[in-house]
Amino acid sequence: MIITKRREWQRVLDDLGSVEARRVFVVGCGECATAAHTGGEPEVAEACERLAASGFEVTGSCVPEVTCHAGGVRLETRKNAAAIQDADALVVLACGAGTQTVADAVAKPVFPGLESAFLGTTVRHGVFEERCQMCGECVLDATGGICPVTACPKGMLNGPCGGMWDGMCDVLDDRECVHVRIRARLAEQGRDVARTLPPKDHSKKLKPARLSVKEHRPDGSVR
Amino acid sequence: MSRLREALERGEFVITGEIAPPRGSDVSAMRETMALVGPLCHALNITDNQGASLHMSSLGACLVALEMGFEPIFQQTCRDRNRLALQSDLMAAWALGIENVLMVTGDDPRSGDHPQAKGVFDVDSTQLLRIAKDMNEGRDMQGRPLAGGTGFYLGAAMFPEAEPWDAQLARTVGKIEAGARFFQTQAVFDLEKLARAVDALHAHGAKVIAGVLFLRSPRVIDFVNEHLAGLRVPDHVARRIKSAPDPLEAAIDLAVEQVAAIREIADGVHVMPLGLDGRVPEVLERAGVL
Ligand code: SF4
Ligand code: SF4
Repeated sequence: MIITKRREWQRVLDDLGSVEARRVFVVGCGECATAAHTGGEPEVAEACERLAASGFEVTGSCVPEVTCHAGGVRLETRKNAAAIQDADALVVLACGAGTQTVADAVAKPVFPGLESAFLGTTVRHGVFEERCQMCGECVLDATGGICPVTACPKGMLNGPCGGMWDGMCDVLDDRECVHVRIRARLAEQGRDVARTLPPKDHSKKLKPARLSVKEHRPDGSVR
Repeated sequence: MSRLREALERGEFVITGEIAPPRGSDVSAMRETMALVGPLCHALNITDNQGASLHMSSLGACLVALEMGFEPIFQQTCRDRNRLALQSDLMAAWALGIENVLMVTGDDPRSGDHPQAKGVFDVDSTQLLRIAKDMNEGRDMQGRPLAGGTGFYLGAAMFPEAEPWDAQLARTVGKIEAGARFFQTQAVFDLEKLARAVDALHAHGAKVIAGVLFLRSPRVIDFVNEHLAGLRVPDHVARRIKSAPDPLEAAIDLAVEQVAAIREIADGVHVMPLGLDGRVPEVLERAGVL
């Protein structure tokens, strides 16, 4: 899921100040930001209180099921049309995609209430680790299900680099070198550990990406 | 042909030195160091923004070495340039008379003096070796013919003491398959591990030039342990220098012993005097390699 963290509160206040907003509507997200404890019901309620304490009038709030879903957000904003109409600006406690989805759905200034951090895994309650850069050309098949693009600070496909020491990472010395982990897992599974991977095709990741399921055949080729 | 390659292939014990380009446009101090160390060496490594910190480009400083009659080893890191820039610099280097390159991944920008920089790492050092090998065969990495290829003697770095060894060895063999013909190592303290690495690499037809650091003071030892990637000074060595009445002389004695020992094991020695450039001739002479 998309891991978000709180945005510096003063920046949120400054953003609202930049359009001289006095009345604010708050939007959360029922999916990732709820799981990350940054944009669920409790955090939305807390943001409303903080805004009120800072002298803003909160006209209302909502937590769409999935804030990065344009249809769902349109529906939710329609339900709250009066309170949104009454507001000078909106603050969205969701990832950047969610914030933009809301900004497309309403004709008011919309500000991010969170920072989008990474695509990751909940390793235990409240602890998240980055796992994927969505590079468009997955190498997990060759790396034992461990992503070097993400977990190696240098993104090396063929490691370890010269800074590895006692199996630990050069850059983050509290972690194992990901290439040592990859080797160990492949060896455990009796798989080929000696492969050299070719350079990545970064054109697979050129921005902005767009994808339609209708364009893709079941075998992965594009119509 | 590259003097370094010729000597190594002849089985001569080679000496390489290390030159850091200046942090600015004034090359006079670098010229002085080159004038001191250059005549003793088969080739001089010219580092590429070493320690992820800003220096004059390796390519530019290589030209100064050439101009002075010394043979440079052009170091290229993958940290600062993407595949287009790496290939175009290789073409320029060959056209200008540079014959040796050493491909390294490079330190993470967070460890240098521009920690906000974006690390490029478009390709890694193994992939870059493969690209240079293709260029030696007259084509770019897309397989398209070049108007004039290159003929580089390709080198890479290796770390005989870093464990786990199987991961090190596999990566090193991967580099040989990608095109590396010689390796320069980080400073080596454990000669048994050096011998293990040399045996393994010789089996694949590659040459090994082993690194020696002049650990002139307790402060330098602490610096090395904290800041140099892939390197730890073992306790017994640190103790020997730190407890000596004259640490500097103890460091010189140690370097002499190390060079003499490496003479018996590896194909050459890579001298990193850490500021003690003036003592290099004496060390090489006392070790009997001049
Ligand atoms: S290789 Fe890594 S970054 Fe790329 S898609 Fe797979 S998991 Fe994601
Ligand atoms: S030690 Fe391993 S994980 Fe860390 S930067 Fe080097 S190759 Fe990547």
